[in-house]
Amino acid sequence: MSRVAVLKGGSSLEREVSLRSGTNVEMALARLGHHVIPVDADQYLVRVLRDERPDVAFIALHGRGGEDGTVQEILEILRIPYTGSGVLASERAMDKVVSKALFRKANVPVPDGYAFGKEAFSKMGAADTLPEIQKRLGLPLCVKPARQGSALGISMVREPGDLGGAILNAMAYDDRVLVERLIPGRELAVSVVMTDEPWALPVIEAVPLGHDFYDFEARYTPGECELRAPGDLDDAVVQEAAAISIAAARALECRGIPRVDLILDAEGHFWVLEVNTIPGMTDTSLLPKAAEVAGIGFDRVVADMLDLAALDV
Amino acid sequence: MSTNDLTNNPGTGTPLPPQTRLVGPADAARYDSRFSALASGTMSSAMRDLMAITERADIISLAGGLPDTEAFPREIYDDIAADLGRDYLASALQYGPTDGMLELREHVVNIMAEEGARARVEDIMITSGGQQAIDLSIRTFVDRGDTVLAEGPTYPGAVPCFTAYGADVTHIPLDDDGMRIDLMEEAHARLVADGRPPKILYTIPNFQNPAGVTMSLERRQRLIEFAHANGLLIIEDNPYGQIRFEGDPLPTLYELDDGAGWVVYLSTFSKILAPGIRVGWVVAPPAVLRKMNLGKQAADLCSSTFTQRFVTEYLKRNDYRDHVSRLNGIYRGRRDTMLQALEARFPSTATWTRPRGGLFVWATLPDYIDTKHLQARALERHVAFVPGEAAFLDGRGRSSMRLNFSGVSESLITEGIGRLGEVVSEFCSLHDALNPGRS
Repeated sequence: MSRVAVLKGGSSLEREVSLRSGTNVEMALARLGHHVIPVDADQYLVRVLRDERPDVAFIALHGRGGEDGTVQEILEILRIPYTGSGVLASERAMDKVVSKALFRKANVPVPDGYAFGKEAFSKMGAADTLPEIQKRLGLPLCVKPARQGSALGISMVREPGDLGGAILNAMAYDDRVLVERLIPGRELAVSVVMTDEPWALPVIEAVPLGHDFYDFEARYTPGECELRAPGDLDDAVVQEAAAISIAAARALECRGIPRVDLILDAEGHFWVLEVNTIPGMTDTSLLPKAAEVAGIGFDRVVADMLDLAALDV
Repeated sequence: MSTNDLTNNPGTGTPLPPQTRLVGPADAARYDSRFSALASGTMSSAMRDLMAITERADIISLAGGLPDTEAFPREIYDDIAADLGRDYLASALQYGPTDGMLELREHVVNIMAEEGARARVEDIMITSGGQQAIDLSIRTFVDRGDTVLAEGPTYPGAVPCFTAYGADVTHIPLDDDGMRIDLMEEAHARLVADGRPPKILYTIPNFQNPAGVTMSLERRQRLIEFAHANGLLIIEDNPYGQIRFEGDPLPTLYELDDGAGWVVYLSTFSKILAPGIRVGWVVAPPAVLRKMNLGKQAADLCSSTFTQRFVTEYLKRNDYRDHVSRLNGIYRGRRDTMLQALEARFPSTATWTRPRGGLFVWATLPDYIDTKHLQARALERHVAFVPGEAAFLDGRGRSSMRLNFSGVSESLITEGIGRLGEVVSEFCSLHDALNPGRS
């Protein structure tokens, strides 16, 4: 039995999602017999951690601050081992531009695309490159903020005139945005257990019902999205998904149980979109579904995450 | 017996604390197939999640609709609380009639008379806040798929009611004189021609939430004439009528209806006294009130007798108009501050309403700005508003925002609008940079 601080909430845009993840984690930890210390990651975080002296911190934060290396660095300073990836890996995974470059280097397939900082437009006239980008990548395009979770600020561009507006909306969430070729296909997620020999949990497919894509509403409203284990994939395809996902998580040097989001296109090619170092643990999230499908259950996943908790140095 | 047998918790041998809930994420699916159509109609949304953040203490929230409860005099509260405990404890703790305490309803008659509306005590039912009055009105009249007319924008708090009951809402545009009655007549004619005549028209004629505008006398008269000629039932929601900073009160639609029974009137003590007491009321013709009474019985049997008694005792020994004028003094200053700050800090491409009462200003930005996304950037600067989309059922309102001035001090209003202005300006220049040919 350990004293486990569950860090949740915080001030990111995904605060409410994090609170739901945190509640599920707390219940699982209690079932596992641990002493649970729920902690809302606000301005008193360091003080609370110093007072409570947990053996380990379970990070159930999503988005900025919690998933980008910030809270990880604090836990390094306080010498409290924590779940999930280390400081640098968290930063890499949070920034879709950085992780994409690392995926490319590791031969992990990613959609073509370009990244823009705000200054590129405000100070360097980058708007003039947009027609060329449209020509090179073709339509439809997917525009996303570089560092934001839960699909917030993501939009699909299907008409030539809509690219500027999509970039503007994405810039509300981050100063850097990514313009990518939209790969139509099935939305899959593979969670990877980063033991010495990493292994993958079953592939889960997200089938949004009546939504354009796997957006925020589809993610967190029961009944708006079907999560299922695709029964029609050959073993070889499933193996490939696992291998690519493990390669992606390794490319960023992740710890714990990260979740890799991929697209399987009509030609049978996989494309990695991103790696989530702190996957959602809500009732409608992908990792809990993978645990259910694997037959190991949610509590086992939480226990494994806890076992993999560590410090960078 | 081993611990494992006790807990039936595979993988661990440790005892389970008795308070631990056993359901996990995998169990959530069992409820999905059981949720009612009504519950399934309600959605999680990014906007709603973001609104929860606006309640954090470090955010300057221009998003709420909060009256200033600090202005309520403590000594008055102490007096009432003491008398309540001495003279009315048993009855104030008891169930009460579904239509509310008679004594309170008599006071409501006087309060309505203040705005020129003559109601009969037997036509009044006390509700648990104005929100219940709205909910009861919609559920009493609207079946799934029925058409409803409402201002566009309309009260964001009515939107989930309309959605839950499956109302098909046609929004009628507003201008500085309130709902465009000419456009309402056209919409009504179209719906009638389609064989789907509107069941009700929902309106907030005074200092509308969220737009802040007031329906002119001429439009009120025209609306009532139209209602009488075409059999249109009006739900008049009047929570802000007495929160007036300038000008003379206009007659309510209820008064102009002159007892013809085409207006159901809703109001509340939330703005003239305090929202935490949750006491509102509805005035309706007897046949309608009977149905609403049955609906209320199912919902909550009766509104809190404790707070009804509190309000009654308050009204017995105080002139509520003193409190209202105290509030109006505070709000007038805050409104002025907000309008000045908007003038100074918002770009010239933005427009906003200049309310003569109520709690809200409605600002509209260039149409390329989506305030739902802008909110993310604003929250980063620790300031919040209600994105305009929340005031529509059809996705409109994307470049507008509702700004509340009643619940925030003047200095925080200046600071909040300042930060918001910077965020908006930043977006405008970014847009110009993204569209070099068109700016």
